[in-house]
Amino acid sequence: MTQLFEFSDVHVAVEDASILSGVTTTIPVDKLTVIAGESGSGKTSLLRLCNRLDVPTSGTIGFRGRDLLELDPQQLRRRVGMVFQRPVLFGGTVRDNFLVADPTASDETMCEVLTDVQLDPAFLDRIGDELSGGEAQRVCLARTLLCEPEVLLMDEATASLHQAATRTLEETVSRLRTDAGVGVVWVTHDLGQIERLAEHLIVLTEGRVRYTGGAGTPEARAALASLATEAED
Amino acid sequence: MLEGDVDAIGLATSLILVGVALAVSLSQQLRLEKQLIWATVRAFVQLVVMGFVLAWLLEPGRGVAYSWVWVACMVVFAGWTVHKRAPEVPGLFGMAVVALAASTLVTMGVIFGFGVFPMEARAIVPLGGMMIGNSLSGTVLAARRVADELTEKRPEVEARLALGHSSQQAGRPYVRSAMRTALTPQIESTKAVGLVFLPGAMTGLILAGVDPVDAVLVQAAIMYLILGAVATTSLVVGLGSVRQLFTPDHRLRRLTRSSD
Repeated sequence: MTQLFEFSDVHVAVEDASILSGVTTTIPVDKLTVIAGESGSGKTSLLRLCNRLDVPTSGTIGFRGRDLLELDPQQLRRRVGMVFQRPVLFGGTVRDNFLVADPTASDETMCEVLTDVQLDPAFLDRIGDELSGGEAQRVCLARTLLCEPEVLLMDEATASLHQAATRTLEETVSRLRTDAGVGVVWVTHDLGQIERLAEHLIVLTEGRVRYTGGAGTPEARAALASLATEAED
Repeated sequence: MLEGDVDAIGLATSLILVGVALAVSLSQQLRLEKQLIWATVRAFVQLVVMGFVLAWLLEPGRGVAYSWVWVACMVVFAGWTVHKRAPEVPGLFGMAVVALAASTLVTMGVIFGFGVFPMEARAIVPLGGMMIGNSLSGTVLAARRVADELTEKRPEVEARLALGHSSQQAGRPYVRSAMRTALTPQIESTKAVGLVFLPGAMTGLILAGVDPVDAVLVQAAIMYLILGAVATTSLVVGLGSVRQLFTPDHRLRRLTRSSD
């Protein structure tokens, strides 16, 4: 079966510092994949390779069986949407933000994506700066959905949110996956979130893959337990 | 007849205000003393050297080619200054030199081609200096602001790239703001001409006994050429810097090291 993403001996180095070293792993099409690891383990760097915001120093990355570097980066980024750690809203209203993603979007389409992320259509005229962190992050997700992505990359997207907002975002994304078939790759170091979301798990330590495979296996638990121990240390 | 002589006492008196600035810096702990002293000394040395060079260039029988060589040196030095102020922009030196050279060539072409001034060393060097000097300020601001805006607004720029925008589209709002900052001083000083200050060329011509209306027309021509030169060099270098700060595959280059 063709994988969603396939990393083969991927290295990333910045100014002689190694960020990822020899990463070889796959992200399946049909499972919500969580990339876990401590801060500085390279998980965000791995995610940023998936929509080509960064490129590897060496190695290859496949997207649905094709070399990712052969694809047009702009088209790829509309197919592979990304929600960042901190909600990034541009100036103006929510509508203005949506028009950045799709200048031709109708009000009807914009209301639909707001409903998809469990926000009232009245949010269209709200000023971005006045939204709470949770609302802003859902608007960011809705803005990404306007590009009709096949895959969502969630880069610690709930790190700055409180628990209720975190759960709402998790439910929204899970529903998008089950209802609309959107692939999801979620980066986090929150063990509770990994427990709730992961169907497939990649654990990184210091830029290397420590574990890759199913989420509920004894090996997966052992890899996560070692992360918890390192965090305590 | 205007007496251009200034003795040591006159020069020392002109330093009083620099002394005031030093006192303010010390009392307010601004830590600008070193820079103030360095700028004062450096400006003096540069002006003295310039005086000797001009005297040499203005000697009777000296070819104007030497003046053009001097203008070329100014362009190269200005390009180097722009590069030093925004070293994170790759290829900025060459870009700035080409932009400054092109704008200087066009403006000087207009001035001498239409006979606003005769093509002599006493006109080539100071006019070249005016064009390059004014363009330098705008160009440095343009390159610096573009680099700063794209560094500070990196999350926003990358959010736009992640929505499938091209680097040109993603950088546009920040470049617009940078270009406004770069061009505003020149636009403001052009607007204030005559009301707040009388510019150098006009003052010089009036002091030399030229009819004030003629002096005003000459000044207007020079002012428009300066505004045009500043605007074009700033735009070329600003937009060129944006191109250099993105990769051809629409990624924002790493200007400062980011974590994880």
